[in-house]
Amino acid sequence: MSGVVIVGAGQAGLEAAAALRAQGYQESVTLIGDEPHPPYQRPPLSKEYLLGKQGADNLPLRGRVFYEKHGITLRMGETVASIDRAAHRIQTGKGEIPYGKLILATGARNRVLPVPGAERALYLRTWDEADTIRRRIEGSVRVAVIGGGFIGLEIAAAARTLGKAVTIIEALPRLMARAVSPPLSDFFRDVHRGEGAEVLLDSTVREIAEDAVVLTDQRRCAADLVLAGIGVVPNMELARGAGLATGNGITVDEFLKTSDPDIYAIGDCADHPNLFAGGRARLESVQNAADQAKCAARGIVGNPTPYRDVPWFWTDQFGVRFQMAGLSAGHDRTALRGSVENRKFSMFYFKQARLLAVDSVNRFGDHIAARKMLAAGTPLTPEQAADETVDFKKLGVTAP
Amino acid sequence: MPNVTYIAHTGESQTIDVATGMVVMEGAVKNGIDGIVAECGGACMCATCHVYVDEAWLDRLDPIGEEQEEMLGATAAERKSNSRLSCQIRMRPEFDGLVVRMPDRQT
Repeated sequence: MSGVVIVGAGQAGLEAAAALRAQGYQESVTLIGDEPHPPYQRPPLSKEYLLGKQGADNLPLRGRVFYEKHGITLRMGETVASIDRAAHRIQTGKGEIPYGKLILATGARNRVLPVPGAERALYLRTWDEADTIRRRIEGSVRVAVIGGGFIGLEIAAAARTLGKAVTIIEALPRLMARAVSPPLSDFFRDVHRGEGAEVLLDSTVREIAEDAVVLTDQRRCAADLVLAGIGVVPNMELARGAGLATGNGITVDEFLKTSDPDIYAIGDCADHPNLFAGGRARLESVQNAADQAKCAARGIVGNPTPYRDVPWFWTDQFGVRFQMAGLSAGHDRTALRGSVENRKFSMFYFKQARLLAVDSVNRFGDHIAARKMLAAGTPLTPEQAADETVDFKKLGVTAP
Repeated sequence: MPNVTYIAHTGESQTIDVATGMVVMEGAVKNGIDGIVAECGGACMCATCHVYVDEAWLDRLDPIGEEQEEMLGATAAERKSNSRLSCQIRMRPEFDGLVVRMPDRQT
């Protein structure tokens, strides 16, 4: 045995190192990341940090002393080139590192626009990219955001809050189409329009010119800064190069083991069987990173239990707090609780009378109740969901 | 700078300077204090920074907000009357000497 080596020092990698120690793992733990910064939080980069409300001091997930205290070796600014599975060692730009167990937490990278002038657009994933975008937004007047998903909308909200003219360009007929139902898409379209942003739907980009984004229907959106958030692709080249099974990410089983029993994959890069997806899924969230990290650590310390945590996610746009529990894809019925007009409502999603997911806008209590009901499998009917006199706490809901 | 004393469930105690404006959770994670996990980074989404506030300080803290109230219903360790999320306690000069106890588990 030569301890655990974790490739990727994002939230999943850090939480895995922390979980190994918390679960009593005694051998060496090495955390390798290709960015210069020790593990830091990504969620604020497109929210408070972009607005200047959260300082750089608050981004690191742990202070330096944490790594020293727990004997976690941090190797930052180091890129892993290959895995020699037979010899149980990895090759980095700086040398070879042996491993007993390997955890791949390689994350994902931004999808790049396949259009002429794409190099003019800025993308947001890393701390350094956030710093660049912050600087560039300050000096800009008209900002175009390509992509109406979570990241695009958060950046757009930040830019608008900072007083910039903002145009959101989305190729699909509605915002956040991959993740939410049409009423939620419409709600957020209205929120952004209400704040003065221009929201263009069904609009595909043909080219990014020097002073404008040109759409395929010839429209030109003047912009002196173009930001793009059009999704990510999982980093699985390392896994693939080592002959591990890959699909929509690095293929793992319910214990998060890859096709090599000594190698785990967790976080954004892991294509895993997900109870709540009713099949395989690859989730990009803090919840998934942290819970998969703990699951892999349990496996490594000899206490394997399958990954069965309820997915949850949040986004803040213009002070509207939007929280999601479960996964709504494949739903055949919805129920609305609360008032869209008052900006306090939850959408409940059902499939064959079973609760799949709940999206909550400024209804935190519903969100927490949903997490508990989904974890416990508490039966809930659409009628109960829509009836505000039904108290979820009295439905036999127990803590997850 | 005001200080906060963090007491682990094992009884081990550490006193840390936590600047005004910072939250009690940040003082812990920056200084390698185990027992506060803070998976969500202080967004009031995860209940893994649960602490028990020393009774002498309870009255001086701000009232529990709606979101914290709900989130406290999802802590891993038992919720008590002095349970708080440490990401929701923002330091003020008059909190100098605050004492919080950490539960035996956060997840």
